[in-house]
Amino acid sequence: MTQERATLPPVTPPAPPLVQLRRVAKAYRRGQQLVPVLADISFDIAAGEFLALMGPSGSGKSTLLNLIAGIDRASSGEIRVAGEDIAAYGEAELADWRARTIGFIFQFYNLMPVLTALENVELPLLLTRLSRAERRERAAAALAMVGLAERMDHTPSELSGGQQQRVAIARALITDPVLIVADEPTGDLDRESAHDILRLLQRLNRELGKTIVMVTHDPHAAGHAHAIMHLEKGALSAREELGDGVAGGLSGASDGSGGAY
Amino acid sequence: MLLVLAFRNAFRHRLRTLLTLAGLTVAVTAFGLLSTVVDAWYAGAEGASNARLVTRNAISLVFPLPVNYREKIRRVDGVVGITHSNWFGGIYKEPKNFFAQFAVEADTFLDLYPEFVLSEAERRDFLRDRKGCIVGSKLAATYGFKVGDTIQLKGTIFPGTWEFVVRGIYHGREAKTDVSQMLFHWSYVNETITRQIPRRANQIGVYVVKIDDPARAAEISSRIDAEFKNTSAETLTETEKAFQLSFVSMTEAIVVAIRAVSYLVIVIILAVMANTMAMTVRERTAEYATLKALGFSPGFVVGLIVGESAAIALAGGLIAVALTFPLAAVFAQAVGTLFPVFNVSAETVALQLLCALGVGLLAAALPARRAMGIRIVDGLRAVA
Ligand SMILES: Nc1ncnc2c1ncn2[C@@H]1O[C@H](COP(=O)(O)OP(=O)(O)O)[C@@H](O)[C@H]1O
Ligand SMILES: [Mg+2]
Repeated sequence: MTQERATLPPVTPPAPPLVQLRRVAKAYRRGQQLVPVLADISFDIAAGEFLALMGPSGSGKSTLLNLIAGIDRASSGEIRVAGEDIAAYGEAELADWRARTIGFIFQFYNLMPVLTALENVELPLLLTRLSRAERRERAAAALAMVGLAERMDHTPSELSGGQQQRVAIARALITDPVLIVADEPTGDLDRESAHDILRLLQRLNRELGKTIVMVTHDPHAAGHAHAIMHLEKGALSAREELGDGVAGGLSGASDGSGGAY
Repeated sequence: MLLVLAFRNAFRHRLRTLLTLAGLTVAVTAFGLLSTVVDAWYAGAEGASNARLVTRNAISLVFPLPVNYREKIRRVDGVVGITHSNWFGGIYKEPKNFFAQFAVEADTFLDLYPEFVLSEAERRDFLRDRKGCIVGSKLAATYGFKVGDTIQLKGTIFPGTWEFVVRGIYHGREAKTDVSQMLFHWSYVNETITRQIPRRANQIGVYVVKIDDPARAAEISSRIDAEFKNTSAETLTETEKAFQLSFVSMTEAIVVAIRAVSYLVIVIILAVMANTMAMTVRERTAEYATLKALGFSPGFVVGLIVGESAAIALAGGLIAVALTFPLAAVFAQAVGTLFPVFNVSAETVALQLLCALGVGLLAAALPARRAMGIRIVDGLRAVA
């Protein structure tokens, strides 16, 4: 793993806090009108943290997550990730930065329907200089880690929702990003699958040291995080510490193949 | 992987893609056939030579020239050969069996038209038999003429029933050579007419003149015409190509219409394909946004869309080209000797593929631009 990490573009050493938001505001333009969504948001996320963002629908959770992940731009304020001010980046630079730094997990998995599980996981590596064989090897290892070694050649439509989300997690991991953002990762899953996904996220956090920001409105899901922040009408409430993910242990972690990664 | 993705995307909606492909194939095939019709129209001129001049009556082609012009023209500086030819206009069995018949000065004619290829024996047999004739290979195939057969023609310009014995079947040296003509001896026709209608004796339709240098065509033409200035039968001389084109220009409007239709068909399929691509791209908005979120450039997304469109369009184009040849053959069979030359040209094939590719690229242009411009967050919010 350490060897593999060395072949990727260097990322500034994650000196805590990993994410810093200062007086961030965001408004959307709707016709002539500016609709404020986030106002004066300031907080930090430490490296290695697993943070849940909660709040009612329309409160701006996704918007906040998108700002941190660099797929949307703040109207004002400063966002630093791993010490870098991402507002200063141009579009192409920002895209490169995302490819290196962020792992994305979406509510509806957002896999390419025409690609197999393996190809979907391999996809982000097309942006690296790895050879085809190396890409394949890594993608296979990542799929094995999420317990889908047997499903590599299946297309998304041949997989259950939970399995698709595990493919998406493997895809998010493949470039070894420092920050994983997950927007309602269990929002479309039944309880059982949701639980598997949450335990998998915990493993990424604990075993691989990934910093995770997860948006959810499900208290059970939020319970797997270290801390919860509540968003209400664009403003942040106090942070609620949960300790080290009380709701779910590592007992019986999804499958035994994790060691391969 | 980009190619894999584009290619698999192309066949995601199998029915939609097949329908688009079918439309494209029909359009590009139609384009190819129409282009070939236009080519066939000009084929006479295409096969004509710039090294040959045609001298005709200045008033109109229907008025003849005296036979004694032959020697005068022959003596003009730059003229190295001369023959002559009369349009016969006979009917073979029924008026619908149309093909060109010419009464020619046989030996000089074959010398001036080396593209009419005959075996030595056939040539000798033809020249020896004053009632003999030769027919083009396509004409022979159409009516089943064989060497030794007697062909009966009902004269329209030259009254009476005429019989000719097939002494040879000529082939074209080139694809554009007209192989659906029938040629026989002017001397035989002239003898018969001299007996029946003496005032129509010794009349020539056109003289065909071979010159030493095509670059001198204009100069030699005016020299010939000057020779007969202020006579009762003034001449008009031009290159064989110009002569043939003057026939085509009479029907130019039809040709222009056919060309316009052929391009219209392409424009219509472009509209259809652009609509399909727009629909496809709209459905995949979230996918394209996902790719961009993962760090792929807008250019990658454009490549994906254009690649998909071009793949479908080229597939349609290739199928169309493959279909054009057999269809053109069937068409040629159906119209028989109306179009003496009916070949799908390399240029037509190139145009077909170019049109198909153009349709693919243009159809993708607007949707691709839209997909490129859409913001990631907006794209992700789009529900597939
Ligand atoms: N791309 C956008 N354009 C316009 N308005 C948006 C956009 N994204 C979000 N909004 C608006 O911002 C508000 C917050 O949206 P969002 O962050 O998605 O909320 P949540 O994820 O908490 O449900 C909503 O009122 C939504 O309509
Ligand atoms: Mg949301």
